[in-house]
Amino acid sequence: MRVPPPSPAVDIDGLVMAYGDKTAVDGLSMQVARGSITAVLGPNGAGKTTTLETCEGYRRPQAGTVRVLGLDPQRQRRELLPRIGVMLQAGGAWSGVRAMEMLDHVAALHAHPLDTAMLHDRLGLADCGRTPYRRLSGGQQQRLGLAMALVGRPELVFVDEPTAGMDPQARRTTWELLEEIRTDGVTVVLTTHHMDEAEHLADQIHIIDHGRLIASGSPTELTSGGHSATIRLVVMRPFPDGAPESLGADLGSATKVTQIDARSMLITGPADGSTLRIVSQWCESHDIVPESLALGRQTLEDVFLGLTGRELA
Amino acid sequence: MSTFTPAPSAAPLIKQVAAQARMEARLMLRNGEQLLLAIVIPVIVLVGGVLGAERLGLDLDGHRPVDVLAPGVLALAVMSTAFTSIAIATGFERRYGVIKRLGASPLPRSGLLIGKVLALLNVVALQLVVLVVVGLLLDWRPSLDHPLLSVAATALAVAAGTWAFASLGLFVAGVLRAEATLALANLVYLLLMAGGGVVLPTSSYGAASGVIGFLPSAALGDAMRAALVDARLDGTALVILVVWGVLGTFLTARTFRWE
Repeated sequence: MRVPPPSPAVDIDGLVMAYGDKTAVDGLSMQVARGSITAVLGPNGAGKTTTLETCEGYRRPQAGTVRVLGLDPQRQRRELLPRIGVMLQAGGAWSGVRAMEMLDHVAALHAHPLDTAMLHDRLGLADCGRTPYRRLSGGQQQRLGLAMALVGRPELVFVDEPTAGMDPQARRTTWELLEEIRTDGVTVVLTTHHMDEAEHLADQIHIIDHGRLIASGSPTELTSGGHSATIRLVVMRPFPDGAPESLGADLGSATKVTQIDARSMLITGPADGSTLRIVSQWCESHDIVPESLALGRQTLEDVFLGLTGRELA
Repeated sequence: MSTFTPAPSAAPLIKQVAAQARMEARLMLRNGEQLLLAIVIPVIVLVGGVLGAERLGLDLDGHRPVDVLAPGVLALAVMSTAFTSIAIATGFERRYGVIKRLGASPLPRSGLLIGKVLALLNVVALQLVVLVVVGLLLDWRPSLDHPLLSVAATALAVAAGTWAFASLGLFVAGVLRAEATLALANLVYLLLMAGGGVVLPTSSYGAASGVIGFLPSAALGDAMRAALVDARLDGTALVILVVWGVLGTFLTARTFRWE
């Protein structure tokens, strides 16, 4: 007997969300495979949080459809909510509540919660269990938020900027925990504007900008897709007008030139010696003095830059 | 089975509501400012009122001051918790994203509301016990003509008053920012305590008494005094409270924003 392929954990099709005149999400379509860690990557204001909040049933799609675990987050909200865990970007607890008390409270809303003491321990919160929420550090509040998202043993968790405000050690603990829950079969959808976070954790990355999906793939696919090398050119004085086009013409159509700011450009294309040679010849013939000319493997940052012409964060 | 293997399921609704009620009651009692409103100010008003009544020369229709003031202070206590405490607590719950966060939990909004009401009734019951004891220590002698009627009329007044004030408190908390709610809820409390016919009988306000009588504070105070001074059910006052309750519930339902 053939088992039909499982439906995606999240299936978004043509989602449109606007606040007044401002379009936050503009015809976004994307899917999240069950059992994966999927990163939704994009700059601030790209529409990440709005998209997540639509999946969580907070907002009604203005156009398009959203299905989470096969359910409509609006009409089947009561059925959906017990099955998902939600970590908000900030807040979510009374200011006077103690950390452990808050986690115990959310646990009490579920039939088979995780052991809250174990969870506190795993997130390094054991020492501040009796500390009122308002006295927790930003990183501790984030970790408590993650604990609250996990305590009900959800199938799927949405975590919005999970490591914002965390020190490097807490960040690593959080990453390890997210990897462990994936191993145990939990689907994770996280938003981030940290490249390294997406690159380290995610099986699948969706890059969004201005509310649209601009690229999707595994970290390896995205960083090697089509291009194998990047060159960053920084010069002493601002480029003359039309510089990217002029350099692009010299390099040929296999190479893409993006101007980042007045004095730097990103060149992505085949990694062969001739590219570097052509770039330095072009500088010489246009009387341009390079400050640095760096060749490197393409990072997610470069992918984003190449797609949008802007830095991510 | 590994540690995080999914096993999602909501607790039975009744357990969720009980957890929510316990949590909210604990937080209310933990908060110093709210305890001040709930217990300390009513006790000061009662003790101060009894001690100073003669010098103030109040017209209390020949009743002993403590017998008139004690029911009024019970009304004040209901008002402080049902209106001011609930408004402030809910305002900050919105501000801190507590309501939003719980909105993504298995607890439905109706459960959140019922939990809040249960917590509120718990705190009110506690206040009434403390204040009745303080009153009795000050030689308060409530009417014993028809004890069952007195108890029933008091319970009705507390229930209707709690409904009226809580619905108005939620209305304020649902439309204003947390800081504005804090300021307004305290201001309204002070104004009603001083001139709202809650501690002193409406009749003692002279010419203004006709208008003051329609305030929820005066209606609650009058209903409590009727029950405990005259062993009587004040139907007019109860109707006024119910009208305020309906109005507050309607406004809250129309305007409340959870975030």
